[in-house]
Amino acid sequence: MVSEKSHLGNQQEPVQEEPKTYLLSMTARRGPRSLPPIPSTSRTGFAEFSMRGRMREKLQAARSKAESALLQEMPTPRPRRLRSPSKKELETEFGTEPGKKVESTQQEIDSQSHSRVKFRDSARKIKPKPQVPPGFPSAEEAYNFFTFNFDPEPEDSEKKTKASHREGTNQEEEEGEEEEPPAQGGGKETDEEELLNGDDAEDFLLGLDHMVDDFIAVRPADYESIHDRLQMEREMLFIPSRQAVPTYKKLPENVQPRFLEDEGLYTGVRPEVSRTNQNIMENRLLVQDPERRWFGDDGRILALPNPIKPFPSRPPVETQELSIKGELETMYKKAVKYVHSSQHMIRSGDPPGNFQLDIDISGLLFTHHPCFSREHVLAAKLAQLYDQYLARHQRNKAKFLTDKLQALRNAVQTGLDSEKPHQSPDTIQKTINDYKSEIRQTRKLRDAEQEKDRTLLKTIIKVWKEMKSLREFQRFTNTPLKLVLRKEKVDQKADEEAYEAEIQVEISELLEEHTEEYAQKMEEYRTSLQQWKAWRKAQKAKKKKRKQAAEEHPYDETEEPYPEEDLVKPIPPEPTDRAVIEQEVRERATQSRRRPGEPMLVPELSLAGSITPNNQCPRAEVLRREDVKKRSLYLKVLFNNKEVSRTVTRPLGADFRVHFGQIFNLQIVNWPESLALQVYETIGHSGPTLLAEVFLPIPETTVFTGRAPIEEMEFSSNQHVTLDHEGVGSGVPFSFEADGSNQLILMTSGKVSHSVAWAIGENGIPLIPPLSQQNIGFRSALKRADAISSIGTSGLTDMKKLAKWAAESKLDPNDPNNAPLMQLISVATSGESYVPDFFRLEQLQQEFNFVSDQELNRSKRFRLLLLRSQEVPEFRNYKQIPVYDREIMEKVFQDYEKRLRDRNVIETKEHIDTHRAIVAKYLQQVRESVINRFLIAKQYFLLADMIVEEEVPNISILGLSLFKLAEQKRPLRPRRKGRKKVTAQNLSDGDIKLLVNIVRAYDIPVRKPAVSKFQQPSRSSRMFSEKHAASPSTHSPNHNADYPLGQVLVRPFVEVSFQRTVCHTTTAEGPNPSWNEELELPFRAPNGDYSTASLQSVKDVVFINIFDEVLHDVLEDDRERGSGIHTRIERHWLGCVKIPFSTIYFQARIDGTFKIDIPPVLLGYSKERNMILERGFDSVRNLSEGSYITLFITIEPQLVPGESVQEKFESQEDEKLLQASEKFQAECAFKFPNRQCLTTVIDINGKTVFITRYLKPLNPPEELLSVYPNNLQATAELVARYVSLIPFLPDTVSFAGICDLWSTSDQFLDLLAGDEEEHAVLLCNYFLSLGKKAWLVMGNAIPEGPTAYVLTWEQGHYLIWNPCSGHFYGQFDTFCPLKNVGCLIGPDNIWFNIQRYDSPLRINFDVTKPKLWKSFFSRSLPYPGLSSVQPEELIYQRSDKAAAAELQDRLEKILKEKIMDWRPRHLTRWNRYCTSTLRHFLPLLEKSQGDDVEDDHRAELLKQLGDYRFSGFPLHMPYSEVKPLIDAVYSTGVHNIDVPNVEFALAVYIHPYPKNVLSVWIYVASLIRNR
Amino acid sequence: MTTASPSVFLLMVNGQVESAQFPEYDDLYCKYCFVYGQDWAPTAGLEEGISQITSKSQDVRQALVWNFPIDVTFKSTNPYGWPQIVLSVYGPDVFGNDVVRGYGAVHVPFSPGRHKRTIPMFVPESTSKLQKFTSWFMGRRPEYTDPKVVAQGEGREVTRVRSQGFVTLLFNVVTKDMRKLGYDTGPADTQGVSGPSLPQGFPQ
Repeated sequence: MVSEKSHLGNQQEPVQEEPKTYLLSMTARRGPRSLPPIPSTSRTGFAEFSMRGRMREKLQAARSKAESALLQEMPTPRPRRLRSPSKKELETEFGTEPGKKVESTQQEIDSQSHSRVKFRDSARKIKPKPQVPPGFPSAEEAYNFFTFNFDPEPEDSEKKTKASHREGTNQEEEEGEEEEPPAQGGGKETDEEELLNGDDAEDFLLGLDHMVDDFIAVRPADYESIHDRLQMEREMLFIPSRQAVPTYKKLPENVQPRFLEDEGLYTGVRPEVSRTNQNIMENRLLVQDPERRWFGDDGRILALPNPIKPFPSRPPVETQELSIKGELETMYKKAVKYVHSSQHMIRSGDPPGNFQLDIDISGLLFTHHPCFSREHVLAAKLAQLYDQYLARHQRNKAKFLTDKLQALRNAVQTGLDSEKPHQSPDTIQKTINDYKSEIRQTRKLRDAEQEKDRTLLKTIIKVWKEMKSLREFQRFTNTPLKLVLRKEKVDQKADEEAYEAEIQVEISELLEEHTEEYAQKMEEYRTSLQQWKAWRKAQKAKKKKRKQAAEEHPYDETEEPYPEEDLVKPIPPEPTDRAVIEQEVRERATQSRRRPGEPMLVPELSLAGSITPNNQCPRAEVLRREDVKKRSLYLKVLFNNKEVSRTVTRPLGADFRVHFGQIFNLQIVNWPESLALQVYETIGHSGPTLLAEVFLPIPETTVFTGRAPIEEMEFSSNQHVTLDHEGVGSGVPFSFEADGSNQLILMTSGKVSHSVAWAIGENGIPLIPPLSQQNIGFRSALKRADAISSIGTSGLTDMKKLAKWAAESKLDPNDPNNAPLMQLISVATSGESYVPDFFRLEQLQQEFNFVSDQELNRSKRFRLLLLRSQEVPEFRNYKQIPVYDREIMEKVFQDYEKRLRDRNVIETKEHIDTHRAIVAKYLQQVRESVINRFLIAKQYFLLADMIVEEEVPNISILGLSLFKLAEQKRPLRPRRKGRKKVTAQNLSDGDIKLLVNIVRAYDIPVRKPAVSKFQQPSRSSRMFSEKHAASPSTHSPNHNADYPLGQVLVRPFVEVSFQRTVCHTTTAEGPNPSWNEELELPFRAPNGDYSTASLQSVKDVVFINIFDEVLHDVLEDDRERGSGIHTRIERHWLGCVKIPFSTIYFQARIDGTFKIDIPPVLLGYSKERNMILERGFDSVRNLSEGSYITLFITIEPQLVPGESVQEKFESQEDEKLLQASEKFQAECAFKFPNRQCLTTVIDINGKTVFITRYLKPLNPPEELLSVYPNNLQATAELVARYVSLIPFLPDTVSFAGICDLWSTSDQFLDLLAGDEEEHAVLLCNYFLSLGKKAWLVMGNAIPEGPTAYVLTWEQGHYLIWNPCSGHFYGQFDTFCPLKNVGCLIGPDNIWFNIQRYDSPLRINFDVTKPKLWKSFFSRSLPYPGLSSVQPEELIYQRSDKAAAAELQDRLEKILKEKIMDWRPRHLTRWNRYCTSTLRHFLPLLEKSQGDDVEDDHRAELLKQLGDYRFSGFPLHMPYSEVKPLIDAVYSTGVHNIDVPNVEFALAVYIHPYPKNVLSVWIYVASLIRNR
Repeated sequence: MTTASPSVFLLMVNGQVESAQFPEYDDLYCKYCFVYGQDWAPTAGLEEGISQITSKSQDVRQALVWNFPIDVTFKSTNPYGWPQIVLSVYGPDVFGNDVVRGYGAVHVPFSPGRHKRTIPMFVPESTSKLQKFTSWFMGRRPEYTDPKVVAQGEGREVTRVRSQGFVTLLFNVVTKDMRKLGYDTGPADTQGVSGPSLPQGFPQ
């Protein structure tokens, strides 16, 4: 029993293993395991077996009982189980058992040990047969266990045994053990049960009786004593101690703890953890992780710093009195005008910014530059020295000191002479002494100054000599510097006297000094001599004594020291020798002073020298000069570290001076904190490099523009440059000597001359920010923690403040959070190293850059990628950017760079006159800025952009669709179905075609027989009175009989050219031809980009030209007429119609009759009417002049035009007005959705402006008014013509995809470009000022589409003016291009057309009738009196006639060259005579505005060019650029004549109108000599 | 085409649109197309495809199997704009109208080898309940104007989508010359062997 305890721990194992063995035994049940367990091997085995034994006992007892019962009651079921042989075998075994079992049960009662032994015996008997592993019931046993009724008795007996066991206290542990197995056995039994269930289910079904009680073993509850459990737990569990662990345990062997904090390293604040917890953790770690990885060097657990901030960083919200509701309430505030909104405007009519700082950068001068040659270095040195000299000369300190000296001397003199009575001699003496000492001082200073002057002069001369020798040596000169030494003659005698006198005075003074000194020294000497003598006496006395003593004590002598032995006899001071002093003085004088009689040398530096021209210089020097030429510089102005402006790039001059002369007016809002200039240098086309930065002081508030002096700030750069030419480089050593000795290292440096001052406003108030803005007075409680809140942002730039703050707040210098700050402070306070002017947040950025920025910028690939991602037009669709830089051609960037350069350089070739170039540049800028504005708006996608979704059908659509169901499938009158629209994305080249259907034309001019005598035709005099009234009488039927009947008057055909593709129709006959032909022209989008934005910006124009085909007989020999026909086809241009592609794109289709643009003079043609032929059309046609063509143009497939951005723009209008206008527009759109209604428009700054603000009487140019002072109508026409001469530029093209922008009339005139609205507004304003009643008409016209016209009221009738062409039409003119009218706009109201019809022919223009016109301002909403956005008055500059004449010449030249270019295969001859004739004729045309001159001109030409066949015409255009003119000339096809002996004539005339509006006339003609 | 210094790298993708899981729908077909950046160009194979209509399998998986092959080769100079495959699945609704059942996109795997991707699909939602009803009734569900928008981030904020179903794709990716141009996309084990890669990230 004693041994039991020791085995207790082990005992659990076998028990736990049991399930395994059991499983194994299932398979190996029949294995040959015959050996029974040895009964008494160990206590464990015993215990185990005893438990099992008891089980078995129970089983056997039950079995025996059951068996007997079975035998009695159930004889039948037995045979059923005879299925498997094994079971049979089992059955036979059963028979032998019962007796033994009973026996064993009885034995068990006696004692545990006994029963066990016995049980084992019995078990041994059973075992061999079924060979079941020990401890397991065999299948039969199990079966019996469940099938037989057990007697209650053996159970009882067992209970008793257990009870008896329990009594034995020493067996308690064992019992605890033994309690468990039965339960386990039970578990096994259930397993067995399942097993048996499979086999023996039938048996159970057969109705065996079993009681519930039979299966339940009743046992006492499990119990474990606390002590026992604790014991076990102690073994199982580990409870770390709470005791602090000694440090040595936590550290490796023989390691001393190391405290990083003591060593000055930052450790951070450890998070708060209670000591006990920490100890527990440490103990645990020590046991679990013996490697001590968790412990730091200081023996503590490793810990990160506490990440939690000690205080909240969010400012507290004040929630005392305000309710939450009140805080959440939003306040509406009207947007305030931002002062810099219109920074792009040419005219700075805006009010100035809040404050203004004027920075005048006048220039830059390098004192050293890498490209300096050696001579330059010397020159710079010389210049510097000379500057120094000049400065010294100006101050002239030497003179000043000399004077002072003189004055002092005089003072001493007078002091000595006139002793003042009231002063004691003591004080006098004292003052004199003072004077004297001062004299001494001053003299020394003067001498030093004089010496300096002299050495400076000497150095200047030395450098100059060096320079001269260098020039001689290198045999060229680089600098124009020239030093002239001017000698100033002096009166030798006087000079000598003065010199001598000076020396004498000095000597005497010195002497005096010396005597004084001597006296002093003598005094000293005397006293010391006295002392010495006394000492001597004493010594002698001593000696005497010693002698005596020596006699007495002879040994004493050695002991006697000689302490005063070294007291020497003082030497009497030498009296000063005058000669010596004189010598000294003279020497010094010769050194520092000009010798008497020597001429005064005045150096004068001039730039009069000449520089050796390039061709006489050696190659290296030429290279250097070229390098200098390549360099250019510009300055960036940085305000508060932001670039605000930059100067123009100026080339570096050969003298290393750059002149900028620019004044920047910085309109600022904030007080400036820093102001700096950055000097950038560009070499060739490479990127700019930052040379240096110059910090400018912020001017005092008293410094104003005009009073600020130009200051020079020096800068220097630390760049190292080595050059392969004469340039000495920068930061590299070089030498003047041939042997390379005496090396110099010079850094690039220079001076910027500038001035900074505050501007003064118009009313004399200086534009300085108030001082209150300067001190940022916000200080919070977080002062200690946050540098910015404590000292303000401006404090960050002030190092001292920052350092002070850091010291005050006791920042931990080791905290990595403070590292940049600490570094900054240390750098700033030490003051030696480079102090950055910024407080860098990401101080590690540079470390992460894998290449330097410069290198990155140099990479062509990177540049290409960058430009592409910026959507620079040239690179927008660049595909497959090469991998390597070397594969990227330089020429890829050429266009782009050229464009960039052009942005700065005003290209005069394209634009010829500068104003237009500036305007073009300005337009470009506006365009860019507007596009940038809208780029963001474009990023906003609407749902419709992303998702296609069906609209919710309303009733009408549903009804319609229902109706459709009942519709006939093939109706008799089929309705036109709309074409499918194509979105632009998935298109490619060749997908889009332009369809032009040319239907017919009316009133084509007809040929005139050249030979016939000129006959006065019926000219339609364009008198105003006849215009509106149909007057058929003007066209009297006066057809003549010149034409033989049957001969064709004209054989017109139409040629359509678009994007240089040309198509033409067949040739029809007669003046009213009908072609009815469809022409197909391919369309190519720019860059293959078919996006909406790209298509909108297509500027191409469809030219529809009408030609007359003329057949000429070329047969020269009449005899051949019989055998062949030789004719030559000539075509004569009659007129054209131009339709921009953008119009077609936005309109989707263009359908109508257009007026053909026929030149005013068409030689050889006339508008003869054959009344016989066309009587039917007469009544209609007579209403208007001109020829007409009916066209239908569309794009196939139909493209969806891009929709303009529907964005609400900011506005300064009253909110009420905006709401009213919105409401008005909505109402109008509801009633008449197709009629244009405009109430607000967007001005050039992108703001919404009420439309009536644009209308205001504005004065037309005086020049025009004075032409017809009495004829109002003629003046009106002239004004209209003037307006029409301003070039037309559609907004949609310039601002692709963006709304229409309206510019005011002065802006329009400044820009000299605009679209219909601008023209119409200007014309309307002119008419208003002429006293007419005029309105703006918004409506649709062909071919423009939605447009603006001008309506005027003349006595009794209305006139409609086309502002872009200058033509006017009566209200009832059928050929009026205005097809419908949406609304009228006057200066004070808007009227919307609510009549049934909108054609001008059918509506009433009387706006006073509210039934016909819905007015915006009415009684309910009176006109609030809106001020106009237009200027008070338009100011016109007179045009520059000379410039116009020059332009005229250049144009003529350009056009002539172009015509020659277009005829590459032929010789182009120019007929000068004809040209001059034409040139004379053009001004006449301008004068008469193209009317009424044809016949005179014709007669004249006939007279002069009698034997020429002449075809030609004048073209008239407003001038905008050269290209449209060239295109127009090209489109006429004059150059296409390839008759061998053709000659050409071309004349250009430009008539300037005020404000640089130019009217261009081009007369082109071809001449063929008649034989 | 020198082997020493190639100027482009090639990306060969083959694989298939294997199957889909749309528990609610049947008889679906799918379209695929590739969206790639400006520096990419397909050199061989089909960029787009439309599959057969497939019905659900009868077993419990109810998979819709297309096994629709993808085989395309791209060349490129710049990994920016790496190709994405955009899938859109369509099928009939109760009225027999073809409606969209899902959009989805995934980048072609970067590393060579065999990759299996399961893409969750989604469809745009109607803007209102009424719209939803009418779109259901009319058989015109909201669709993207261009399926390619699902491969882009721009403008997605204006849409609302609902997810439904999954599509499983199999890619076999082969690249050529990527390493030579300084782009290392290989799997980790081969990368380790080659040691520190050359500082070619920035082509000279």
